[in-house]
Amino acid sequence: MAHELTTADGVPLRISLERALLRSRIRAALLVVPLMAFLLFAFILPIFDMLYRSVENSIVAQVLPETVVVLRDWDETGDALPDETVFETAVADIQAAFKAKTLGRLARRLNYEKPGMASLLRKSGRRSLRITEAPWSEQLIKIDRKWGDINLWRLIKRESDHVTESYFLAAVDMRLDDLGAVSWQPENRQIYLQLFWKTVWMSGLITILCLLLGYPVAFLLATLPLRTSNLLMVLVLLPFWTSLLVRTTSWIALLQHEGVLNDLMVVVGLISDDGRLQMIHNKIGTFVAMTHILLPFMILPLYSVMKTIPPSYMRAARSLGATPFTAFVRVYLPNTVSGIGAGSILVFILSIGYYITPALVGGRTGTFISNFIASHVSVTLNWGLAAALGVILLALVLALYLLYDRIVGIDNMKLG
Amino acid sequence: MPDAQEALVAFEGVQKTYDGRQLVVRDLNLDIARGEFLTMLGPSGSGKTTCLMMLAGFETPTHGRILLKGTELNRVPPHRRGIGMVFQNYALFPHMTVYENLAFPLEVRGMSRAEIETKVARALDMVRLPVFGGRRPAQLSGGQQQRVAVARALVFEPDLVLMDEPLGALDKNLREEMQYEIKHIHESLGVTVVYVTHDQSEALTMSNRIAVFDDGVIQQLATPDVLYEKPENAFVAQFIGENNRLTARVKELDGSFCTVELEDGQKVRALSVNVSGAGEITTLSLRPERVVIGPGQDFADNRISGRVEELIYLGDHIRARLTVAGNDSFIVKVANAHDHVRLSQGSEVPLGWASEDCRALDAGVGNAAPA
Repeated sequence: MAHELTTADGVPLRISLERALLRSRIRAALLVVPLMAFLLFAFILPIFDMLYRSVENSIVAQVLPETVVVLRDWDETGDALPDETVFETAVADIQAAFKAKTLGRLARRLNYEKPGMASLLRKSGRRSLRITEAPWSEQLIKIDRKWGDINLWRLIKRESDHVTESYFLAAVDMRLDDLGAVSWQPENRQIYLQLFWKTVWMSGLITILCLLLGYPVAFLLATLPLRTSNLLMVLVLLPFWTSLLVRTTSWIALLQHEGVLNDLMVVVGLISDDGRLQMIHNKIGTFVAMTHILLPFMILPLYSVMKTIPPSYMRAARSLGATPFTAFVRVYLPNTVSGIGAGSILVFILSIGYYITPALVGGRTGTFISNFIASHVSVTLNWGLAAALGVILLALVLALYLLYDRIVGIDNMKLG
Repeated sequence: MPDAQEALVAFEGVQKTYDGRQLVVRDLNLDIARGEFLTMLGPSGSGKTTCLMMLAGFETPTHGRILLKGTELNRVPPHRRGIGMVFQNYALFPHMTVYENLAFPLEVRGMSRAEIETKVARALDMVRLPVFGGRRPAQLSGGQQQRVAVARALVFEPDLVLMDEPLGALDKNLREEMQYEIKHIHESLGVTVVYVTHDQSEALTMSNRIAVFDDGVIQQLATPDVLYEKPENAFVAQFIGENNRLTARVKELDGSFCTVELEDGQKVRALSVNVSGAGEITTLSLRPERVVIGPGQDFADNRISGRVEELIYLGDHIRARLTVAGNDSFIVKVANAHDHVRLSQGSEVPLGWASEDCRALDAGVGNAAPA
């Protein structure tokens, strides 16, 4: 078109339309403002805070501000210790930190990188007050010989940056060695990769179990007469009306060593009294309880997709000569792929980050990565590592989401 | 009626109930000849779709037998019956292209790729969609989807094709076009078609024979012209085409005719079709186009007068609504010919008709015909 359409009084049509729509847009936006504000403060900002914490590293620079500055001139690649001024500044910083009671934080931080650092710093704090004049290095090393270790100074210099990759490295069982090169943790300290893998494959298996158990139920829900299917739907939703803790602990009552199921099998004679099966506080417990808890999240998306498939599809396939099995595989199943995708991704994502159930029934072997994240948050207080593990988990889920989008298409996903 | 020897499909004493209390199909006996286009016509709930579903194998008869080519079908599952079916909403598989939809029945029969290709191409040609093979059903218009559904039901060359209100979702013009198209396909392939519809004009256009269903029973089974011109009971007369009904009492029976008295005391003669004796209440059925205004001497037996209530101009004819013998919805069609009668609203006009066009049927009230 050569020139724009205009209204009767000469305003371009497009602008006029936008003006007309502006009011309703503003109104629509106002409706969601409370929720957006809530999400911003309760969800989005904490996520960014977590992202930041996983690399944040200001403690060394805060607690030893002068030392960090003078260390810049020291060549850590050589094998000479820092010179006397560094030691002098370090002593002053440690004395100040001890008085300000910030030394403990530094001790904890450096201990993540190098075991033994905590006791070293605590020991050095009080005793450093006695050092008032040169020779600084000699007296400091006298407090603890480790001060004469060049690797200690390398560590302090390395961690004096405001950002660090060490949490992320730790989260994937790696570390920086004394010279600052990336290397694997010693064999006996590698736990996280294995834990990630266990979380992923167990979640995958739980998803498959949910799919196998949920598909026929969803099919019944979608095909039975309304009265019967409504009743069935209530049964499917029943778990949502019961507390998660109640459901999890009832599994403990059922599955434990002296539990209902074991008792029953002993009474029936299936197993002997001393041959009771260990079905809880291990992987089996996690599988059973998690599958049960996540099953509705599989059934509902499947149901909503199946509901839209007219019964005439199957009939058409049958009339065209397909056996019930062929008709199901070639006609029904492909039409439920979007439901399978939606249900599976929902269950998998929920499962991969599940915390309470594995914690209660998983014992030592059936716990997930989120249980370790929780323990770093509340027990070891290594928030940086917890944040790094959380970020990796988030990235894993997002990657999965993108993969799904690439293969099935998010637009095809039907959740309800 | 074709005799049992050449019948492709036979229903023998078939009954069907869903809830154990009410019979949806009461007692169906029907032979369908090879190559025939038979329509099951009736209002919803009359049992016609149930009959079709029993024939396709999606419902089992509660009692009786269904035979296809002489073999009993009752225990044969749908996929081994070899009956093509076109569904109400086409039931094209949305995840397959048109080509894949058509290839499906051939693939499950284990045909070779080359064979499938020729047959699918031929079927697409037949419905005049040769270049649409790569499209998905959702990318086609309603009429095109309809044609694909027909092609899919025919592509594996079944002897029998069932169609369950296949044109219900189309608009009027397209529906008429498709009626002719299906009729032509039927004629050129010689396949047997059982067609279910509630649209009587569709039934009249396409069928060799029509079975009019009501209340789980075939009310009349006949060719379209017989059905229209010689309905056997009040339900059929009312359901097929436009019909004037007059309630009357039989005065006298003489041979195939009878004399009846209308509600206002006027007497007319009618063909006695469904009356058995004097004194009986009967419904007279009279097609609007058979009523003559200002009749000559030919119609001496049937002369009554009516008052013109309403005139509707419809171009090729004028539709006049009159009050005749207490019935105020008596319709007369006046052809818009060169010197047609000029009617004016409120005037009394003489009406007449030939006695054989006026059929004395059962007393049936409304649409509820006696079984």
